[in-house]
Amino acid sequence: MPTDAPLLQVEGLHIPLPGGSERTYAVEDASYTLANGEILCLVGESGSGKSMTANAIMGLLPEHLTPTRGRILFRGRDLLTLSEAELSRERGRSIAMIFQEPLSALNPLMRIGDQIAEVLEVHGEGDRATRERRVAELLDFVGLPDPALLRDAYPFRLSGGQRQRVMIAMALALEPAILVADEPTTALDVTTQAQILELIRRIQRAKGMGVLFITHDFGVVADIADRVAVMEKGRVVEQGRAADVLDRPRHPYTRRLIAAVPHREDAATKAPPSGPSLLEVRNLSKTYRPGGGLFTRPRVVRALDDVSFTLRRGETLGVVGESGSGKSTLGRCILKLLSADAGEIRFQGRDIVPLSPRQFRPLRRHLQMVFQDPFASLNPRQTVGRILSDGPRANGVSATAAVARARELLELVGLDASAIDRYPGEFSGGQRQRIGIARALALDPSLLVADESVSALDVSVQAQVLELLKELQVRLDIGIIFITHDLRVAAQICDRIAVMQNGRIVESGTPAQVFDAPEHAYTRRLVDAIPGLHWDPRAAVA
Amino acid sequence: MSFLRLFARNKGAVIGLVILGTVVAIAAAAPLLYPEDPWRSVGRPLLPPFENLRFPLGTDMLGRDIAAGIAHGARVSLLIGLVSTSVAVLIGVGLGAVAGFLGGRLDDLLMRFTEFFQTIPAFAMAILLVAIFTPSIASIILAIAVVSWPPVARLVRGEFLTLRSREFVQAAVVIGQSGPRIMFSQILPNAMSPIIVAGSLMVATAILTESSLSFLGLGDRNMMSWGFMIGAARTMLRDAWWMSVFPGLAILLTVLAINLVGEGLNDAMNPHLRGRRA
Amino acid sequence: MRTLEFLASRLGKAVLVVIGVVVLNFLLIQLAPGDPAAVLAGEAGAGDELYLAQLREQFGLDRPLHVQLLSYLGNVLSGDLGYSYRNQVPVLELIADRLPATLLLTGSAFVFSLVLGVLLGILAASRRGTAADTVIMTGALVFYATPLFWIALMAVLVFSIYLPWLPPFDMETIGAGYTGWRRALDIAHHLVLPTVTLGLFFTATYARITRASMLEVMSLDFVKTARAKGVQQGRIIRRHVLRNAILPVFTLASVQAGQLVGGAVLTETVFAWPGIGRLMFDALFQRDYPVLLGVFLVTAIMVVLVNLAADLLYRIVDPRIETAA
Repeated sequence: MPTDAPLLQVEGLHIPLPGGSERTYAVEDASYTLANGEILCLVGESGSGKSMTANAIMGLLPEHLTPTRGRILFRGRDLLTLSEAELSRERGRSIAMIFQEPLSALNPLMRIGDQIAEVLEVHGEGDRATRERRVAELLDFVGLPDPALLRDAYPFRLSGGQRQRVMIAMALALEPAILVADEPTTALDVTTQAQILELIRRIQRAKGMGVLFITHDFGVVADIADRVAVMEKGRVVEQGRAADVLDRPRHPYTRRLIAAVPHREDAATKAPPSGPSLLEVRNLSKTYRPGGGLFTRPRVVRALDDVSFTLRRGETLGVVGESGSGKSTLGRCILKLLSADAGEIRFQGRDIVPLSPRQFRPLRRHLQMVFQDPFASLNPRQTVGRILSDGPRANGVSATAAVARARELLELVGLDASAIDRYPGEFSGGQRQRIGIARALALDPSLLVADESVSALDVSVQAQVLELLKELQVRLDIGIIFITHDLRVAAQICDRIAVMQNGRIVESGTPAQVFDAPEHAYTRRLVDAIPGLHWDPRAAVA
Repeated sequence: MSFLRLFARNKGAVIGLVILGTVVAIAAAAPLLYPEDPWRSVGRPLLPPFENLRFPLGTDMLGRDIAAGIAHGARVSLLIGLVSTSVAVLIGVGLGAVAGFLGGRLDDLLMRFTEFFQTIPAFAMAILLVAIFTPSIASIILAIAVVSWPPVARLVRGEFLTLRSREFVQAAVVIGQSGPRIMFSQILPNAMSPIIVAGSLMVATAILTESSLSFLGLGDRNMMSWGFMIGAARTMLRDAWWMSVFPGLAILLTVLAINLVGEGLNDAMNPHLRGRRA
Repeated sequence: MRTLEFLASRLGKAVLVVIGVVVLNFLLIQLAPGDPAAVLAGEAGAGDELYLAQLREQFGLDRPLHVQLLSYLGNVLSGDLGYSYRNQVPVLELIADRLPATLLLTGSAFVFSLVLGVLLGILAASRRGTAADTVIMTGALVFYATPLFWIALMAVLVFSIYLPWLPPFDMETIGAGYTGWRRALDIAHHLVLPTVTLGLFFTATYARITRASMLEVMSLDFVKTARAKGVQQGRIIRRHVLRNAILPVFTLASVQAGQLVGGAVLTETVFAWPGIGRLMFDALFQRDYPVLLGVFLVTAIMVVLVNLAADLLYRIVDPRIETAA
């Protein structure tokens, strides 16, 4: 075995897609190398084939996807030629893998300790007692509290971040040469993400492993990568040292992606909004009592705890927080999709909290919403024309007028008028989100609540939709409440940002204030956890 | 891909459709093929099958034509299967939609009610109902409907509950559509395919239940049915196997065909589930 | 939730269902065409004016409906399921006499179908797409569509008439006077055909559900995790898939307990098995309504008990229940 050979070498890999797909190849002529002791980030948008190459390395592709050409050399041995039995001897021992969804990646009916010990057991390592000691060691090493107790727990007891730590412990059990991490932090909150990234860095250095890290987020790349390979539609379009690719991207696709990374606008570009007050929220509270049965005491979750703020016409207020912070509940209470327990929501001076659904219905057209999921937010069985005209029709507009308006709206959001007779299934995620925005605008609202409206979109599409929202706001002079988990996105589009934690607004101010001089400890933690904080994408493509 | 092409890709479903079409044709043509009353004796008793061309499937102990009985029995089976299922689906969709859409206390109450009907033994309940209300087409349909609606109600409730929290339904609330309008124009169309699939499979179960009831002597005395023919053949098993074999095959083929068609519908309507079943 | 509280809540639910069935019986008596007293007497007793008068007195049939309901509930819940005029025996006694035979039959059919169905389902799922899978699933499809009573007749035709291997009727050889092991063996011999007949439909159901459930679990993320750990296919199925896949099958099996009892009516009728199903069939012919109502109530209680046991078992098997419930 030549000593200077890279640890892992993917050469000319081709994975064809089954017939009837848009592309012939999911992965086409992909080549990259991973050296000992380095972190290689494989970055790309959805459908770029980045996860698929990772699964090919592990031999974990589904049956209908089989590599047809190329080699995957691990220490000089082609993994694609190994039998299933030979491969499973390497899996877990030489190459380990962690996945995107820590919630579903663990067997729900097996104790944590047993799941970790199983790696050792199937590879014939040690006896029961030594395995148990090793499990405790591993749990401790990945920073989980009280390993002795945790060993006997079932996965449902653990948080997402803790489960991802368990997955990492499992992957480390036999000290493999390579760790493949497939979007391991995408499903996690930003502060948890920062901790897991740090953990991966730490163990990589301690064990000298090669890490293949797959992500869609250039911020994460900036934080963790030694080298980067960029994938587009199944091809590797650019690779090199992290500093080179991030700060001096050469390929136009890489440049486009980096330009689309959400970033802070310069504070000077926009005058502070000074329109009349549109919405005043005073001391709003909402409490959930889940799990209250005949024999159980209900838990109490304060989803909103004494929330107050004011929104002006023409202003965008960002509501930022992690999961469970109450930010979505706030949006839903303002639209009366949920009823608040206490407090006031004054819309154009009138408190809407005490209104009955019937009383509120005539007011609804002034308060509209853009939803998160471009796939779930449009009725799959209605044409776009129907989706756009339903709102005006429900508010007394004639059918012909509503359809005419629908055409105007499509143009307004940058879609072709021919879309009107088609069904949502025929559009891409970004196009669907435009349709969702057109639906909200169909009623000429003065307030728009956008709940994570760009978080399901790829970064380049995300940038376009953000641009559209910004442009429409200026043109239509509406107030927007922009709910997001991503501080970077909020900083790009919002005039003011309110940071929420446990149902309370802990801090609010302009993006500059929040970023540069956070007052609350939680805001500081949130800002510090932003991936790629010290990397300026604008400088790279300037 | 179009619905028809997806359906046609499933070989079993196409076979099922052909068998089912044949059964429907026979049922429709029964009065023309066998204009005489199937209860009348028309030939020598206990004639074995395949011997006399006039009675290809033989005759029973009273000289009644087995083939005529099967043709007329198809009418009863299909009629009861379809009508009782329609009634059950109507009840189930109504209760399930209201429970799933409105939620809260009413949902709790309706679901306890549904669970109750799902817990009690269905067939014993059907026997009791038909016996107490005296056997007739109406009481049989009623009994089958009463014991078959609970699964539909639970299915529809589940669908409504999930769909209600889907974003496009929330969007309909936000644009100011009324509750009933949201139920009928947003949710129901999206819940239709599982309802259709469940309904088609229920027709098969209903036909099995009807034949079991008439086997026990709880059939409508005025109408020839497959279950009754097998029940009558029970004591003649040793001497005239054909009396029970042919009506049984008729039930088997019909029910099998409906199940195949139902599964084909399921695969064609929920293509994302194909992988799991195929 | 604590186990004790859980037990209390499930028991409460079970009692409510039983009371519900009694109320349902009462409603049927009231809704039946004709005199409620005649229903309570059965066809045989309806001619006896003295007996009818006694029934009216006992159930307060001349008083307001809610009083009648309370009195009916009181009677039934204190163990008085009525009197079979035809047999001149209390209904409870008739049923108690026949119950063991039915429990034996349904119990053995349940075990037979669950074991065989789950095994076939596992086999089909782990050999998905092979000839074995096709054969098992085709068989399941056919038996799923075959009327139970017809399988029974065909089984008698083949295994008792053409091949005289198994006895077609009764629970034991009448008049043989066997005792001890000899008798147990004789009963087992008689049990084969009814058990298989009753069990085949459920075998088909369980095989289909097990297969579907296995395939679904196999597509879950944690199975991929296990493969990534280097666990071999056989062990993945045994250690990871099986336990997760089998839970829904058990749930279904307990929900279907009621169907098993319904099937017993047909099976016992064909095989002259001396259980409560056969009792129900006889009562049908004699229009002995108190017996019909009594059998219905007892079968409902059987189902409620099975569901209760299943709930408790589920709680032991699935660690998540504790917080989810």
